[in-house]
Amino acid sequence: MLRSMLALLLALGTSAALGADIGQIKVAKGTVTIERAGASLPAAIGTHLQASDVVTTGGDGSVGITMTDNSLLSAGPNSVLALDRYDYDEVTSTGRFDASLRKGTLAVVSGRLAQQSPDAMTVRTPSAVLGVRGTEFVVSVGDGR
Amino acid sequence: MAASRRAARYALLTLVAWLAGCTTNERIILLPEPNGGPTSLAVRQGAREVLLDRPYAAAELTLADPWRYDATPDEVRRAFGDTLAAQPERPAHFTLYFIEGSDDLTEDSKQTLERMFADLDKRAVRDVVIVGHTDTVGSDPFNDALAKKRADTVATMLAARGVDPKDIVAIGRGRRELLIATPPGIAEPRNRRVEIVVR
Repeated sequence: MLRSMLALLLALGTSAALGADIGQIKVAKGTVTIERAGASLPAAIGTHLQASDVVTTGGDGSVGITMTDNSLLSAGPNSVLALDRYDYDEVTSTGRFDASLRKGTLAVVSGRLAQQSPDAMTVRTPSAVLGVRGTEFVVSVGDGR
Repeated sequence: MAASRRAARYALLTLVAWLAGCTTNERIILLPEPNGGPTSLAVRQGAREVLLDRPYAAAELTLADPWRYDATPDEVRRAFGDTLAAQPERPAHFTLYFIEGSDDLTEDSKQTLERMFADLDKRAVRDVVIVGHTDTVGSDPFNDALAKKRADTVATMLAARGVDPKDIVAIGRGRRELLIATPPGIAEPRNRRVEIVVR
């Protein structure tokens, strides 16, 4: 009984989190698209992002994103950046942020989540997991440049 | 027997050396903090971990191990110039202070407001988070309402300045997050504030 109630609560929690605004595209040049729930949407300056969005740039593209915890992510041309998981409690600054760079280049300035806890933010590449303790770094995967 | 074991070990060592030489084309470079503060990044590949803990400390991932090296500002410019050029404007933080019991700004804060407007004007697309606070004079319900009223006052000023209301979040936290800890019933000007993040 308790377990099924818990499962229901978890399901409700997840559906409430679906579609929540987690960040905004502040900079977009060239071709930038968002893959969301199987659809491909054009991404313009001002577009709001949701957890599980995958942001892709073309050969002429680059994109800059500000998350609600004040972290900044930017990707260069020919990049695929997935915002795999994002939970942020504005009041306590706690939660979890997992992103992955599947290819291309990424620059990160971490925000309040990583500041609050060294385990709260990770960035994955195909071969490694980066635990974000400090704030600014760059990552490249493949020959995207 | 010993010879074949040696041969097997040699083959294994050769394989490890070969794997270590095979790069995965993945690279991570830690950058300096703008204020020169400490920074670090843990790079975990399977069971192995290297810690990058000073500016330009870098790791190239091979099939066997993360290979630690020192990058240069020039390498960062060449490989990440476009990427860094796309970084959003950094969030800016402002604090406005209020006259006791009211949503009227203090004289000093009117200047801060002008600086905030100037910052807003240089951003192509803005979103703003406004959090109102009070001191400990009065009840919780009174302070919750006052904190929200202060945040809403600032939100109205920003909307009048052209910020889209749907890109403004205004909340009040009453007397729950004091900047200066005081007992109940203390009029403390530094607690009567609204904190604003402009992004």
